Amino acid sequence: MWSLVILRIAIGWHLLYEGIVKLLNPNWSSLGYLMDSKGLFEGLFHAMAGNATVLNVMDFINMWGLILIGAGLIVGLFTRVAAISGIILLAFYYLSHPAIIGVSYAMPTEGSYLWVNKNLVELLTLWVVVLFPTWKSIGLDRFLFNKK
Amino acid sequence: MSDKEKSTSGNKMNRRDVIKGLATVPVLGAMAYGTWRKTRQDHIRSHKLAKELNMSAEEKEYTSFKHDGNTIRIGIIGFGIRGSQLMKAAGFAPPKTVQEWKDDAVKDSSNKRYSDFLKQDDLNIQVTGICDLFDVHAEGALAAAANIDKEGTGGNMGTAAKRYRTYQEMLASDDIDAVIIATPDHWHAQMTIDAAKAGKHVYAEKGFTLTMDETYVVRDAVKSSGIVYQLGHQGRQTESYIKAKEAIDKKLIGKINLIEVCTNRNSPNGAWVYDIHPDANEQTVDWAQFEEPCEVKHPWSPERFFRWRCWWDYGTGLSGDLLTHEFDAINQILGMGIPTSASASGGVYFYKDKQKGHYVNEIREVPDVWNAVLEYPDLDFSLLYSASLASNHNRGKTIMGHDGSMELGNSLTVYADRQSTRYKEKIESGLIDPELPIYTYIPGRKNVDSVATATEQYFAARGLLYTYRGGRRVDTTHLHIAEWIQSIREGTQPSCNIDQAFEEGVAAAMGIKAQTENRTIFWDKDTEQIV
Repeated sequence: MWSLVILRIAIGWHLLYEGIVKLLNPNWSSLGYLMDSKGLFEGLFHAMAGNATVLNVMDFINMWGLILIGAGLIVGLFTRVAAISGIILLAFYYLSHPAIIGVSYAMPTEGSYLWVNKNLVELLTLWVVVLFPTWKSIGLDRFLFNKK
Repeated sequence: MSDKEKSTSGNKMNRRDVIKGLATVPVLGAMAYGTWRKTRQDHIRSHKLAKELNMSAEEKEYTSFKHDGNTIRIGIIGFGIRGSQLMKAAGFAPPKTVQEWKDDAVKDSSNKRYSDFLKQDDLNIQVTGICDLFDVHAEGALAAAANIDKEGTGGNMGTAAKRYRTYQEMLASDDIDAVIIATPDHWHAQMTIDAAKAGKHVYAEKGFTLTMDETYVVRDAVKSSGIVYQLGHQGRQTESYIKAKEAIDKKLIGKINLIEVCTNRNSPNGAWVYDIHPDANEQTVDWAQFEEPCEVKHPWSPERFFRWRCWWDYGTGLSGDLLTHEFDAINQILGMGIPTSASASGGVYFYKDKQKGHYVNEIREVPDVWNAVLEYPDLDFSLLYSASLASNHNRGKTIMGHDGSMELGNSLTVYADRQSTRYKEKIESGLIDPELPIYTYIPGRKNVDSVATATEQYFAARGLLYTYRGGRRVDTTHLHIAEWIQSIREGTQPSCNIDQAFEEGVAAAMGIKAQTENRTIFWDKDTEQIV
């Protein structure tokens, strides 16, 4: 049980810090990341980057999404919603930069990947987190769920 | 969760509940503390580095030029590839071309050529005269000139410009204030001289002139006439070069000793083996006029007419065509002027296979691989140029100094040298890591500071970021023409004026002479003569 809580916190920590870094950097934009997209959904992600309004919305959702999801996972508040949102967000990252054969990205990577990359692993791990609702015991959700 | 726990829960909240509920909240505190420590450390490092480097934080905002006052009436001489690009940058494109951009934009929303063209500043100019020796090109230019509303096919057209058979007739006309010269190099000098004599302002493409002798005459003609002259090095408008100059002035890389610049292309178009227009023949092309400046006349040759850059009779090769862009970029940063000596070598190493379509009847004269060394003993540095028209392996522009080196493109990156004297203590203390840039400039970033993230640099280097300035994509050629127009209105000197052009022209001529005569060419700055 505690190992699952620690796992939840670790993923939350990672996402929250990614969000905070973006919040603290006034120059941050998802433009480069989206433009770097390859694979099946390349066109969709490039279109997002091409439209200034969509791009701003994506930047906002990305930054605050990461912060809220991360914080939610850590303190265990609306954890289920946070974890599922996290899965969706990670799915977007994975689909925009799939580790498929024959593509390479401008985005620097520190390892070697084939089909499975860290985004996918983190996504699958969050799935496990969803399946074991640790927040009902450890986390602010305890107050919400156990009141009934 | 045990039953015992469940039984203790309920409306009544006990201590155990509170502890379990809030158990992970302190993690947020740890995150806040960690973030604060890290941000503070980064801030101190970047502050110390910024203090050491003392680079200004200002960035040149996108300023639209003022175009009030009288409409300036322009004559276009030459509407080939470059001529049509210049007209586009000035705000004129044929309806057919605009329609193609429009259709492309519909098919692919990321294709911004059409919207960028519409967003270009209106320069308050009118194209009143056209001169091109090829009927098809002349008609294209006339269509562009009349397309004042930037419409596609079927749109309303403005007043038609007049087509002149010779540029001399155009210069004699009263309804021309200024001319844009985009002809082959062998016509540049005479046209500029005649325009200056007629009191018409000139925007001319590089190379400055075909020969060394012409450089003096053109300079004198422009200076004595008082016209506003701009040479077509649009690189003058590149933001990063302005920052590079500041970095050099603030001695970020110390004493400069070596500069390396290059050109790399790998396509027939890039190597000047252009398409030959099927409608070009002796009836549609004024070949005699094209050949007029040549000492030895050649029979009608569509190959020579369209691929003129491949022959010394009309072009200046890699020296005048492409070394000059690099030379002018460095000259605007360092102001080093004409080299004391030049040596050069190269050859036709790739484009010599008739079977592969490298030529039709006549093999090219000008090299497709070419290298030059320009020496500046007074300034204690050498400038190396190397070019290949058969390989895309680009090596960028690098300025090397004792304390650091600078890589220059659309962005600017400065590295400290491991053996630097200036940064010795900072490197020892760990403040500066020679492996990482000490200064990065990416145009368009909202805040300019010393350290950009690795990811940002990756994207910038690959052109994925900030091709937009002030929220809009800007064509440097447009800015260069706009600056010329502004200078005409205000009676000022533009950035690539006749003095800059002269330095570029002499350097290019020295390069050509060094290669064709196979010897080192020296420049005597007192007598202004080649020896």
